This record gives sequence, C-alpha cells and structure tokens, in this order.
Amino acid sequence: MSGILTRTVALGVKSLLLHKLRSLLTTLGVLFGVSSVIAMLAIGEGASAEAQEQIKQLGSQNVILRSVKPPDDAASSQESRLVVYGLTHNDFSRITDTYPWVEHAVPVRVLQQEVRFDERVMHPRVLATEASYELATGRMMHEGRFLSATDVASVANVCVLGYEVARNLMPLSSPLGQRIKIGNEYFTVVGTMLPRVPLGDDVPLPGADVTGEVLIPLSTGARWFGEMQVKIRAGSREMEEVELHEIIVHVDKAENVERTAAACREMLTRNHEQHDYEVIVPLELLARAEETKRIFNIVLGSIAGISLLVGGIGIMNVMLATVTERTREIGIRRALGAKQHHIVFQFLVETVVLSVGGGLAGIILGVAIPIGVEYFADMRTIVQPSAPLLAFGISVSIGLLFGLYPAWRAAQMDPVEALRHE
Amino acid sequence: MESKNPVVAELDGIGRIYQMGSTEVRALDGIDVSFRAGEYWAIMGSSGSGKSTLLNILGCIDRPTFGNYTVNGYNVNDLDDDDLSQLRGRELGFIFQSFNLIPQLNMLENILVPVFYQDNPRPDARERAFMLAERLGLADRLDHRPVELSGGQQQRVAIARALINDPPILLADEATGNLDTQTTGEILELFDELHAEGKTILLVTHEHEVGAHAERTMYLRDGLIDRIEENES
Ligand SMILES: Nc1ncnc2c1ncn2[C@@H]1O[C@H](COP(=O)(O)OP(=O)(O)OP(=O)(O)O)[C@@H](O)[C@H]1O
Ligand SMILES: [Mg+2]
Repeated sequence: MSGILTRTVALGVKSLLLHKLRSLLTTLGVLFGVSSVIAMLAIGEGASAEAQEQIKQLGSQNVILRSVKPPDDAASSQESRLVVYGLTHNDFSRITDTYPWVEHAVPVRVLQQEVRFDERVMHPRVLATEASYELATGRMMHEGRFLSATDVASVANVCVLGYEVARNLMPLSSPLGQRIKIGNEYFTVVGTMLPRVPLGDDVPLPGADVTGEVLIPLSTGARWFGEMQVKIRAGSREMEEVELHEIIVHVDKAENVERTAAACREMLTRNHEQHDYEVIVPLELLARAEETKRIFNIVLGSIAGISLLVGGIGIMNVMLATVTERTREIGIRRALGAKQHHIVFQFLVETVVLSVGGGLAGIILGVAIPIGVEYFADMRTIVQPSAPLLAFGISVSIGLLFGLYPAWRAAQMDPVEALRHE
Repeated sequence: MESKNPVVAELDGIGRIYQMGSTEVRALDGIDVSFRAGEYWAIMGSSGSGKSTLLNILGCIDRPTFGNYTVNGYNVNDLDDDDLSQLRGRELGFIFQSFNLIPQLNMLENILVPVFYQDNPRPDARERAFMLAERLGLADRLDHRPVELSGGQQQRVAIARALINDPPILLADEATGNLDTQTTGEILELFDELHAEGKTILLVTHEHEVGAHAERTMYLRDGLIDRIEENES
C-alpha cells in the first residue's frame, strides 16, 4: 500500500512538472493563504502577549488609583496659575481604614527631578513611596534591600535604583553605598531592583523607561521636594499641586478586586468635586485584552478562511481543467485495468501535492515574515509551534476537499468516451 | 482445421444501441459467436459496421445493451465496475490504433501501468517488462518518453504493455492503421509469433493483407455478422 502511495505521489509530481508554471501559479493561493495565517497569528499573538504582560505587571491583585489632571476650562488661562487636583492623603487613609481585605495601600508621588552621579545625568521617574511598594508590585531586588518602614519613619536620604538607572549611572561598580544626587540632595543607594520582566542574561529591556525608576521614601520626598510642581508651557507658567499621584491598592485575593474597585470609585465620587482621578483595574484590562484577542482571532480566522477558500477554488479550477485535458489518459488507464478509485486516488494525490507544496512554501514564508517584522519593525511576534502544524493540516484538507470533485469527475468518465477524446 | 480448445469468449445475442437524441443507432444488433483459446481472428467490415463497438465490448471497456457476454467463465453482466476493471487488466490485452501511451511516463513505466492496477500483481513484473522489451527490440529505449519514439516503436511498447500481465486474449483495433507497410509487416509477424505461443488474438482491420494473417475472418455488416471465412494458411 505504501508502495502505491509513493508511486502515485511520484506520478502526481511528474504530471505536475509537465506544467511547471501552471502548477506554481496554482499553489500561490494556498501559499499566501497559509503564510498570512501564520504571520498574522504570530503578530497578533506577540501584540497580545505584550499587552497582557504590561497589564500583569500592574498586578492582577491590584486596583490602581491615579491622579488625572482635569481638562482646562478656557476662562482660567491666565499667565500663571495654580492647579490643584488629584488623589489626597485623605483618600489614602479612607482606603486603608475601611476595607479589611486591602492588604496594602501604597501611596506614590512622581517627582520630576534630575538624577546625577559624577558627570552622568538622567531623568528617570523618581517615585516617592513606602516599603509596601515592593510587595504590591512584586518587584524583585537585584542587590541590597528595598526601602524600609524605618527609612520612611526616619525620613532617611536613601534610595533604590531601577535596573536601567543603576546600569547607566554606575556601569562598572556596584551602586550599593554610593551617594547620588537627586535634585539638590544626596541620597545613599541601599538597593537595586531587577527589571520587571526577568529576561535571563543581561538583555536590556526594550522600552527602558519602565525600569528607569529611582525610589525614595515618601516622607523624604515630601521634605525636600514638597507637593508643588512647576510646569512651563508655551510661555505661561503653570503650577500643579498634587498630593498623591498614585495609590496602589493591593487586595488579599483576586476575587476581591472587583468590589474594591467599585468601593474606591464610589468613595472617590463622593469626595471629589471634579473627576481628577482614574481607577485602573488590571484584571478588567486583562479580561478586555482577552476579549479583544478573541475578536481579533475571529476576524483573522475569517480572513484566513476566505483566502484559503480562494486558494482552494483556484486549485479546483486547475484540476478540473487538468482532468478534461487528460481525459484520454484516464480512458487509457481505465482500459488497462484501473478501477474508479484508482483514478480518484491519482487526481486527489495530485491536488494534495499541489496544496501541500503551496502549504509548505507558505509555512516557510509565514515563519520568515514574523522574523522580518521583529527585525525591522521592532515588534514582538510569537510563532506558536501549533501554527505551522495547523497550516499544514489545513493545506492537506484543502487539497482533499477541493480535489475530491475533479477526481470524482475523472473517475465517472466512461472509458470508451474517454478513449475517443482528442 | 477445427479447434478443440475451450471457449474463452462467447457472445450470445449481443446488441449495442447508441441513443442519439430521439433516434437510436443499432451499432450491434444480435451477435452470436464463440472464440476458442488460441484462435486468431480478423474482424472486417465497412466503416460504421460496428467493428470497434464489438471489440470494445469484447475488451470489457463497453457494456452490451442486451445479450450475454462471457469471458473466461465470467458473464460481464454479473460484474460490477471494479470487477470488470480487474478483468480487463488480467484477461485482456488491448492494442489501439493510436498507441495510447501515457505521455508523461517513459517506456518502462508505460509497460508497467497494467501491473499497477492489479489486485495481485505478479512479483516478477519488472523482469518481465525487461524481457518483453528485449524481445520487442526496445531494450535501449526504456527511459525514453513516447514523443521520442517512432510509431512502430510506440506500438511495440503498447504491445509489451498489453502482454505484461500475460493475458490469454489480445484485442487489436486497427493496430497497424497508423503504420507504414514495413512496420505493419513486423507487427503482424509479432502477432503470428504470439498466436503460435497460444494467445487468442482478435484483430480489427479493413486491410485484407492484414486480415489474411488470421486463421479466419468475421465480416460485419450493419451490426450483424455477415459471414465468417476460413483463411488458407
Ligand atoms: N458513442 C457513439 N454514439 C453514437 N453512435 C456511435 C457511437 N459510437 C459508434 N457509434 C455508431 O455506431 C456504429 C458503429 O460504429 P463503430 O465505431 O463500431 O464502427 P467501425 O466498424 O469501427 O467503423 P470504422 O471502420 O470507421 O472504425 C456507427 O454507425 C457509429 O456512428
Ligand atoms: Mg473503428
């Protein structure tokens, strides 16, 4: 039986090679169908993985409250003015006092300060926060320790550096114990953190600003830098006063995320006159991202389905022409003892060879495209091992499905009629 | 010269009617004849008399509209398409006027086509193909495609193909019709040899010199047997 298969495949290839250009053109439909499926899946998969990772970094047990500057009202565009908005220390204590399932509430202030060491200057995000930040965000230490409760209580001039900041400020020596300058004050480095995504070796994280952080105690930040920030905008000076930029609410288990978010929203609506905050629920974002991905996959699947259908119809069309063209050959084979199923098998194999040829080329192209996209467009792509397998299965099925009718037509021919065909 | 060999093919009231719209063409209209093993027949008659139709039915690539045809003990009316196909490949060797080789296959592959479709192919088919090629003077042409050969060579390949499964009956429809006189002579000599080896040969022709090679000639007219003549050898 395997001998028959090998011989039939060999025969099919031989027949297809009689019309090289036609066979090549016929496979293009499947080739592009398959390669676009693989490439689009890889790009979609990569984008969604990236989104999910970012969301997960926010923490699936967290609810994040963030200060948002309310929209300007045109009347108040004076030369220089003070805008007061955002989350307050009162909001913070309400949260910690009210909900028993809140494990930590972490206050965060974002300071716009220059960071220096020797001649090196950076402008990372300087975050003034508390010791619980480490637990709530799941950050891992690289060297040394995180900020402690004592640091906060004693208003110590200590800081923790993000991975990138540490590498850029002090590429050669260990930063531990070094004194760096933030704004006009000196801070002793007590620890450095790992990048958020452990990348194995020393691979720098793309989008380095994520780890471009320096953390100092909230109390120390308040002492040296106050709560006022000056922004120069198109000639006008604007001062902003924000008590807290962010409150990370970390709950004990994921089931409590939703009610916490609802409670926080309710509490903030009650206590804020303007909508100067937003409530970010990573878990909800995750669900939404998954839904988006699902829809994306459906759309993708439909497009792929249509292109493969078109490819299949192209193959069927050519095979019908081939069958007509080779009517005499069919008659000869029948006269020499071929049964109907032999004829069906012969043309089916030929169609499958065509579609699988297109499919294999499509897999190669489909895997090459994501590599190119990754290289040139700096996008993340993921080729799931199942994608080429799926594509291969699909191309075999296309060959079988669209080859069946032409093959059946061939087998139905009357031997005498077929022999008389010119 | 009455042959006492067993009957290998028997036609009993065979008719073949073609329906052309509302008119029917009675290509064969009641043929009764028996062929015994090892006989050599020529079938002659004017154009349209039904020679090809008869040979197609004898070769089991066409079925009679009425009547019974028994070949090697099988009544074709009792056989389904698969059985009939199997029977064609095993019991009958068909040789055509236009050779009918498969263009994408080389000579050796063409010779082996009938083997491919047999349920129990003979294990020595390849050796047999070489042997036949040797005998028919084709040994150095086996890897050539049909287009690279002369008509005579192509017809030899077709004969080798018809012989590959060693069928008892050979059917030839104007097998020399496309060949020049010399090649025709060579092919007919080959048929004489095969006849001498015991093959049953049924040869359709409209040339008397060709028909003269056979032991007897059946003349058809309008789908009926007009007469059967013994040829003096
Ligand atoms: N497929 C067909 N449809 C309709 N009529 C047919 C068909 N095949 C043959 N006939 C008719 O049947 C009759 C016998 O045809 P056949 O081909 O058997 O003649 P023949 O003796 O072989 O003639 P020739 O010497 O020209 O080959 C003719 O009248 C022919 O027109
Ligand atoms: Mg004829």
